[in-house]
Order: sequence, then structure tokens, then C-alpha cells
Amino acid sequence: MINQIVSNLIRFIVLVLVQVLILNNVQLNGYINPFMYILFIMLLPIETPGWLLLLLSLAMGLTIDMFSNTLGMHAAACVFIGYLRPRIIRSISPRDGYESEANPNVTDMGFRWFISYTIIMVLLHHFVLFFIEAFSFVEFFSTLFRVILSSILTILLIIISQYLFTSNKQQS
Amino acid sequence: MRALFLLIYKFHFFFFFLVLEVFCIYLLVQNNNYQRASFVNSSNVLVGKFYDEVGVFNSFVNLKTTNKNLAEENARLRKLIADTSMSSKAVKVSVNDSLYKQQYQYITAHVINNSINRRSNYLTLNKGRADGVRREDGVIASNGAVGKVKYVSEHFCVVMSLLHKDTKISARIKKNKYSGELRWEGGSATQASLNDIAVHVPIAIGDTVVTSSYSPIYPEGITLGTIAHFELKPGQNFYNITVNLSTTFGNLTYVYIVNNLFKNEQVKLESEIPQHD
Repeated sequence: MINQIVSNLIRFIVLVLVQVLILNNVQLNGYINPFMYILFIMLLPIETPGWLLLLLSLAMGLTIDMFSNTLGMHAAACVFIGYLRPRIIRSISPRDGYESEANPNVTDMGFRWFISYTIIMVLLHHFVLFFIEAFSFVEFFSTLFRVILSSILTILLIIISQYLFTSNKQQS
Repeated sequence: MRALFLLIYKFHFFFFFLVLEVFCIYLLVQNNNYQRASFVNSSNVLVGKFYDEVGVFNSFVNLKTTNKNLAEENARLRKLIADTSMSSKAVKVSVNDSLYKQQYQYITAHVINNSINRRSNYLTLNKGRADGVRREDGVIASNGAVGKVKYVSEHFCVVMSLLHKDTKISARIKKNKYSGELRWEGGSATQASLNDIAVHVPIAIGDTVVTSSYSPIYPEGITLGTIAHFELKPGQNFYNITVNLSTTFGNLTYVYIVNNLFKNEQVKLESEIPQHD
């Protein structure tokens, strides 16, 4: 239990630093921007109570907002996927349900489960985020294009980071 | 009443989500509201200090380009000094200082945070109220306009970049003084569009676009960029002009905050015009 809290806290700090110091400065073709920090919300233990999930999502979103001068934007998108996360996990559950104390990552759930989980979460988050940023449906298709390109980048980063992280774990 | 509590308990996850989401949207709208300064942004002390440290590292990395820009600017300023002393000799008029009042003050500032990849971009500078920075001051770099100050704290300020969806700058074409409005349509950080130039105005690719004298924020004649291309759609009375911005937003390190000493007077006088006129 204590172990869980510490590892999630470290993950929170590392992901905020990576997002703020590196990924916010990545500019590909104008304004395509990966948002890898949502990995924190994705990797919280499956049995996290709903209220805690929402509060942690809000905390993550507000922290990123403070560093990017976009108060409320990331927070709204994070709370949104925090709310949908239990439904998504339920809807893509394996045939014999989840084992107790399983974590939603590649090691415990396997590649096929994890990639569909990642694609759903990232697309939902980016969709909400970019449309809140534009705050209108006037430039609908240009915004949608940004959503898709940025999502591809984020999904790639999340998958790569998962494999880097797991290989470290097996060595230790 | 009991039934109501049961209902709330049954759907507590959904209600909690609703409350948090409304809170986020409230923050968002509050923050977009131009008049209300928000204090949880990067002008707050903790985040500002953090970016200050990162800025020290970044400015070291950019030292070479910064030196080059400063040297170029020195050369330009030196030329200005030579020009003025020449002309005053030729005319031989002793200038009585009391005839002139200084209109603009310049404060140099170091860029400690900058973004160019969003639809609405902001910069954080390491000068604040203590250094004389006020809200709505203009910000320029050695090669062009940068934006205007949006939030000010004691030692930092946040600047709404020219690359922002709400930015509108009163601009004019340098050679014939016709004025229009410069806006950033998103996309590339090197281009913006110039509107409201009527069809009878003679323009050509490469014409310089500068700030006009109509805005109390920027001094007159600050370079904005050059015309990249223009087109006229059938049936329209105004050109669609694309401007190559002269400021390179990607590597801004040192900028000047422009303090117009007569701005309050101008804004106050203009606000006396009745709204319905």
C-alpha cells in the first residue's frame, strides 16, 4: 500500500517534469504537441476509489495548467477521462475479469489490452483538450486533425515508455 | 428528502465528477476573462522562480545567437547616434529640452518561459511591478513586436504573445501609411495575416509592415514583418495579405518592455467618446 503511494507520487513528479521541461517544447509542424502526463491517470491501480481518481486527475491537470498558463484546460480534460476510466476498464475487461491487485499496465494486462486502453484514453483526452482550447467548433476539422496527429505521438510515447519501464523492473 | 439523499449517494461518482468539471470550466472562463487577473499562473512566485532557474540554463545554451543579435542591435544603435549628431550640426539648432517630453521608457527583460506551439501563446518575463511594469504595456524585441503584458506580479510578468488568438495589432504599410489590422490565424509561428487593406491601395510583395500610430501600446514604426503574398477574392473590397513576421518567436531571450508615459491620458480621453456615437 505504502509502496503504491510512493511509486505513484514519483511517477506524478517525473511525468510533470517530463511534460513541462521537454514535451511542452516539442513543436512538430506548428502546433502538434504530445501530452504524455495522462499516463499517471492511466496507471493508477484498478481498485482506486472513484472520488480519489477524480481528485488525483484534477491535481494532475491543475499542476500542468499552472506550468503552461492554461488554467482549467488540462484540469477539465483530466477530470473527464478520470470519470470515464472505470467505464473504459470495465468495457474492455478480459473474459474472466480482472485479477485482484492487477495494475493497468503492459506487464499485468498484456500488449493487446494495453494498446486498446491507451488509444481510447488518449483520444478522449486529446479530443476534449483541443476542443476546450479552441473553445469553438468553427475550425472543427483543423482541430480534429491536430487531435489525431497529437494522439498518435502521445500513444507512441506511452507505449515506448512502458517497455523502457518494464525492462528496468525485470532487471532489478 | 431521504430519497434525494439515496439518489445522491447512488450516483455520488457522477455528481462529484460534475462538481469538479464545473469548477474547471469556471476556472477556464474566469481566466479567459480579460479584466480579471488570475493569480495561479506563471507570474506566481513559486512557478516563476522555477522557470527562472530553467531560464538560466536556456540562456546559456542560446548565448551565441543572443550575442549575435545584441551585436547587430549595437551596430544599428551606433548608426542612429551618428545620424542624429550629423543632422543637428547641419541644422544648428540648439534643442531646448523642455520642449520635448519623454513619451516612451524601455525596460530590458529576460524571457524565462515561452511557447509558440499553442493557439494562444504566452511568455513570462523576469520583470514585474517593482521594476515599473504595468498591465497593457507593449513588449518588443530587437527585430520586431512581441506582444503586450497581460498579468503583472511583484517580480514577474506574463505577456500575451503576438501568436495569440485574441491579438489584434493596428498595423500600417510603411511606404504609403495605409493602416489595417494584424492578426495571427494559428499554424506557423512565422506568419500572420493583415486585414482591412482596401483594394485601391498599391502593395507589393516585400513591403514592410510596421505598427501604426493609433495604438497606445506600441511606439509608431516598430517593424512587424514583410508582405509574403496577397490575394484578392472576387467581389471583395479588401486584400487577404500574409505577412512574414520579423520577430523570431522560437528563440527570444532578451526583450524590451515599452512603457508609454502618456497612455493613461490617451485612453482616458478616448473613453469620453459616448458609446452610442
